[in-house]
Amino acid sequence: MNWKTTAPAIGLALLASTGLARAEGELNIYNWGNYTSPDVIKKFEEKYKVKVTITDYDSNDTALAKVRQGGTGFDIAIPSQTYVPIWIEEGLVQETDPSTMENFKNVAPEWANPEFDPGRKFTVPWAWGTIGVVVNTDAYKGPADSWSIIFNTPDELKGKVNVVPEMGDVMFAAIMYLGGEQCTDDKALLKKVRDMLVAAKPNWVAMEYNTIERMGAGDFKATSDWNGSALRQRLAHPEIHFNYPKEGFGMWSDNVVVLKEAKNVENAKLFQNFIMDPENAAGLSAFHRYANAISGSEKYMPDDMKDAPEVVIPADAKPHGELQKMCSPETQALYTKIWTELQK
Amino acid sequence: MAKRRFDLKALPGFTTIAVICFVALYLPIIILVAYAFNAATSTSEWGGFSLKWFASAWNNDQVIDATIRSFQIAVLAATFATIAATMAALATTRTKAYRGLTFKYAFINQPLMVPEIVTAVALLIFFSRIKVWTGYAGLGYLIGAHTAFCIPFAYLPIRARLESMDLTLERAAADLYATPFKAFRRVTLPLLWPGILAGFMLAFVISLDDVVITNFVKLGGQDTLPTYMLGQIRRGITPEINAISTAFLLLSILIVTLFFFASRKRD
Amino acid sequence: MASAQETALSAERQDIRNRWLLSAPALIIILLAAIGPLFIVLIYSFLAAGPYGDVEWKFSTDGWISVFLQRDIFDDTLSFADAHLAIFWRSVKLSIGTTLLTIVFGFPTAYFIATRPERTREMWLFLITIPFWTNLLIRTFAILQIIRNEGIINTLLIKAGFINQPIQILFTDTAIMIGMVYVYLPLMVLPLYASMEKLDFRLVEAGYDLYASRFAVLRRIIFPLVKPGVIAGSILVFIPSLGAYVTPSLLGGGKNMMLGNLIELQFGQGRNWPLGSAISITLMAIVMIALLAYVRNAGSSEVRHG
Repeated sequence: MNWKTTAPAIGLALLASTGLARAEGELNIYNWGNYTSPDVIKKFEEKYKVKVTITDYDSNDTALAKVRQGGTGFDIAIPSQTYVPIWIEEGLVQETDPSTMENFKNVAPEWANPEFDPGRKFTVPWAWGTIGVVVNTDAYKGPADSWSIIFNTPDELKGKVNVVPEMGDVMFAAIMYLGGEQCTDDKALLKKVRDMLVAAKPNWVAMEYNTIERMGAGDFKATSDWNGSALRQRLAHPEIHFNYPKEGFGMWSDNVVVLKEAKNVENAKLFQNFIMDPENAAGLSAFHRYANAISGSEKYMPDDMKDAPEVVIPADAKPHGELQKMCSPETQALYTKIWTELQK
Repeated sequence: MAKRRFDLKALPGFTTIAVICFVALYLPIIILVAYAFNAATSTSEWGGFSLKWFASAWNNDQVIDATIRSFQIAVLAATFATIAATMAALATTRTKAYRGLTFKYAFINQPLMVPEIVTAVALLIFFSRIKVWTGYAGLGYLIGAHTAFCIPFAYLPIRARLESMDLTLERAAADLYATPFKAFRRVTLPLLWPGILAGFMLAFVISLDDVVITNFVKLGGQDTLPTYMLGQIRRGITPEINAISTAFLLLSILIVTLFFFASRKRD
Repeated sequence: MASAQETALSAERQDIRNRWLLSAPALIIILLAAIGPLFIVLIYSFLAAGPYGDVEWKFSTDGWISVFLQRDIFDDTLSFADAHLAIFWRSVKLSIGTTLLTIVFGFPTAYFIATRPERTREMWLFLITIPFWTNLLIRTFAILQIIRNEGIINTLLIKAGFINQPIQILFTDTAIMIGMVYVYLPLMVLPLYASMEKLDFRLVEAGYDLYASRFAVLRRIIFPLVKPGVIAGSILVFIPSLGAYVTPSLLGGGKNMMLGNLIELQFGQGRNWPLGSAISITLMAIVMIALLAYVRNAGSSEVRHG
């Protein structure tokens, strides 16, 4: 998309929107912890004279469970793509039709009509990323663009590998490594998956989330991880590198929805539109360190993110990426059993 | 009367273990405080001295609000829990078995027996109905939930104290003072005080540390410090929290020192 | 005569009524915010799992069956759910270890505090609890700093020449125990102190003259007197450590589940709320029975001691 032509249009649109919308009052955001840029929020507050309150959640399941019970007082939540269909199906979100919003034209074409929300009737992209393998090259110099680091750990890394304990992500990676399709319920393959996981586990030192600190301190020498987390690790320690597994790596995206029970619907819609503005989207990225699916935001991105290999997927790795889907409840139940057996 | 204390040295190793315990309790705290002054964005890698995290914490409204809210809930919940637990302890000790006594005991200790996540989910379902009926969306839910799970923590030390208390003094007091209330206030309560204080302190600490139940019960804008931190684990924790903890530590040590000197003057 | 008996009886009835009144606030709060909601969990354990978490309002015993039995996902045979048993057993082992260690460290500490001059005792109590006024997660990370491979313990041991290679403590069961003992120590010390504080040290002195052996004094005089404190402390440490979840996952590395994690999995990513509910109720029943047996037993032995 050509910036020179869109910039004035966006400028005009922004002007127009300030003129038209005079929403005053509050906005209650329910988001992942440490994920919301205070600067962008301040800008939104000043622009629309709205008081924004942010409350944190720690997992998609907590957020879903709470919102499903109702009475939470939140206007906006930011679930991941695997959960968005559930939120829509269960009638927890409002159809705000972001595709008709002022700033929707900025949404990158590959994110404009995603499978989890066809036609973007409910959601606005917040961030997207990948899940790959992070390796400290001081400890291991061999090729690392493979899930074998995790599932068939090379000797140098034995007892120094961490696995981020997201059941869906680990199952996805294991299935990819064995050449299956995501969400497969092929029992023969799943049996291999289980045996492989059980055999690989003794080589892992831990299964936990706190990778930035532990990789930095050297307690882990390799880990499965999200790309934005890997970026932070490399900026502090240049020897730490993110790798895109050639067997196939998962992609995810978090999306802004307006809850059905929202009290400040107009402000919530303004917010959805607001973050599709390239400059604001870049502001969000600068804080949460992930890509944002808004074309034209590249210009405003911090320098250390513009060409970061963690954020901009290299051309040769791109074909291996696949957006993770929501698996059927039956498949999910199978995976839970394998997971329980792995951690017993 | 100058009562000679049983010589401590008669139990060799006790003082040593106690000293080891105090050192072990404070060693992590010293590290925690040290990293509050870290110039790097890490709670485990030292990057030079800096005061920036104090400034950053001070300017972070979310963190300040969460800290104040944590203390607010802990003080209220611990107070309510201690009062209820003291009454319950008086009602369930020093009596011959009566019908319902065992039941009461099990009932009061019940919040201990269920993993937090279960109470959390149950309360989430239960409170959301109340919310829909009444429309009330204040801190009451959190305070109520905290009070409930703090009660056994306050109850058990108070009960232990009561059980090992001497009855003779109270009997004498009952004969002396006209009303049972006076006897209670003048004799039982002072005797019971160490138990009550221990119970209150436990309840306070337990409330202050709670993550799981709070995470499920909290409403919009009701983050406490632990739930705020929980959300941060995946994204890396900054020494901001160390700075906040350090500030509150200094404050509490100051208060304790003042108490100490005040009580010394009284002597 | 009959009337005297009647008055005694009515006084007793009055006393019991007062006792119910006194305990009412605690009972009501717990009923409203802990036990009442648990009935929801009980009901949920008999419902079918919803496709994406939560439940479907259909009667089902699947949740209860899968607590004990599992259908093998590959050959469909029904067998005992040994994964659940393994997790349960690990939790019990670690909890017992934690309880014993808190007694070993907590008893002398409480004794130390109880033997300080009266006016400084409260200060010592505060000193025990102040570390816990800081945030749990930050504190756990600080413990992690100490036991890491490059941490204080390993560095000291290497410098002193005891070991050449750092010992891997972090992310092991030992680390979980260290963390849990740290977290639960005040839960043992405070009840112990509460029952010890009134200990008549003249008795101890007399006993010392009588038995001469320090150990005998400890065992015959001090320990029976502070038994209620030991019981209270053990309950407060043992039961919460069964369901512990933050410390095991941060210090233990989360590779092996504890009961708390297993239940959390069912309410979270596993999306099997009825199973989660059924496991919790099973756990609660076991703990409740054990507790009542323990208290009854401890109580009767106390009577024997006089």
